[in-house]
Amino acid sequence: MLIDVHAHFLHDRSPRADWRERNASRLRAGERVGITVHVASILGSWGATSPIYFPSPPDIEYGNSFLLQLQRSDPARIRGYATVNPNFQQHALGELRRCLDAGMIGIKLAASRRADDRLLDPICALAGERRVPVLHHIWQHRRRDYPGQEASDAVELGRLAARHPRVNFLLAHIGGGGDWLHSLAAVRHQANIYVDLSGSGVDGGMLEACLEEVGPERLVWGCDLTIDTGWAKLRYLEQLVSPAELELIRWQNAARIFPPSAFPND
Amino acid sequence: MRIDVNAFVGAYPFRKVPGTSVETLLRAMDRVAIDEAWISHLPSVFWRDPAAGNSWLYETAERSDRLRAIPAIHPGLPGWEDTLHAAPSSGAPAVRCDAVYYGLDASGSEIRSLAAACAGLGIPLLQAVRLEDARQRHPHDRAGELAAASVRMLIRSDPKVRLIITHADRGFIEEVHFGSTPEEAARIWWDISWIWGPPEDHLETLMTTIGTERFVFGTGQPLRIPETSVAKLDLLELSADTRQRIESGNARALGSAMSGSAR
Repeated sequence: MLIDVHAHFLHDRSPRADWRERNASRLRAGERVGITVHVASILGSWGATSPIYFPSPPDIEYGNSFLLQLQRSDPARIRGYATVNPNFQQHALGELRRCLDAGMIGIKLAASRRADDRLLDPICALAGERRVPVLHHIWQHRRRDYPGQEASDAVELGRLAARHPRVNFLLAHIGGGGDWLHSLAAVRHQANIYVDLSGSGVDGGMLEACLEEVGPERLVWGCDLTIDTGWAKLRYLEQLVSPAELELIRWQNAARIFPPSAFPND
Repeated sequence: MRIDVNAFVGAYPFRKVPGTSVETLLRAMDRVAIDEAWISHLPSVFWRDPAAGNSWLYETAERSDRLRAIPAIHPGLPGWEDTLHAAPSSGAPAVRCDAVYYGLDASGSEIRSLAAACAGLGIPLLQAVRLEDARQRHPHDRAGELAAASVRMLIRSDPKVRLIITHADRGFIEEVHFGSTPEEAARIWWDISWIWGPPEDHLETLMTTIGTERFVFGTGQPLRIPETSVAKLDLLELSADTRQRIESGNARALGSAMSGSAR
């Protein structure tokens, strides 16, 4: 079994005219790689009618509903994270309940509000009640603010995780840009943060550092926007870890932190 | 047969990178079935005289029939012409110039002189767009990235110059390719190391829009894990013949003018 914990799908209201082709390409490449389940999110309208990282409530609802439909249409392969914008607090909590009740298995927080902001606490409290993990977008060592997002880094996620020790967090795309060494050092001792290996970055030494800092028990495999780099990391990991440790990274760690029965044969 | 035109040996100054020795490079090549690597000397990219690493590089390549040296040329330093003229007889399939790291104007007179001299010798000139993702670079690693405009300028600067550009992404490649005449574009080869695979399918798109003959296999190892370039080819539906051209045929043809001269 192989679980991609960081996938995305597009939809008909996104700015991309090729949204169907991209979705199909993800599934086709997944078959080639052997991905059993794509755990995905949709970030609102992907910028069409509100910013990708600051999605409006209507865009959030449309994106989540589209993803739920994808999950229903391909229940063997697709699972969903409910995306919310913490700035719209009551909407976020209602949307989470709607999506989790409908079968989504996690929460996606992107970059609408800093990870250590108190506005995230009710969302994480709900994650604890429903026993679902939170995948949080991370800029590895954010040294400044970047346009278009209120990005967080691992230190800020660590503060949130410390306030919610019963919730499991996924530090998004360690290869997704920025200083991953900084992130790994920041989360080394925060046992409820798992490191998601996705991202286009395939730096030599990154996987070795992940194993050294958090160990195979806290690594989860994913691709994000580049399945080729995900497959490459998987191939290299086969050289670095034992078969049993590889199974942890491929799916067993994910199966442990997502709700029971979230995955086939789980 | 698989040829990696974009490999390095030697330490990187800005972070700990495993696998920088010749022995570990050869082991990595075995791991991903790379038969031959065109190697550059990574530390000297950052030296005041980058060519000072060439003699070690030549000696290293001489000790293995799987390695070929890509010597560095700094066209702003006295004697660079001698360094360049030594390359063909030393078996180099190309020479490299990392102008932005050397503090040179990547569109300036020095690099144009080097391009013309390379054209005269029939040896390709290799340039890297970047070595690392800009978002993660060391605070003191402040060299800019190679601009697409500089590549367009360089390919126009001499009708015989041939360029190998590494670490370029789709946008960069399209900007140069479609900003050049067909004759100019046919003298540029792109390594696949920085081009995205599915689901964005940048590599597949480029294979269709600009042609498979323009691409060579490159990894950027050990700064990047070499499995990536293999994986992205494995995710394409390529005929055996097309894949062979990308993995070795295009590079072999490109470097053939230099092959056998000293090996």
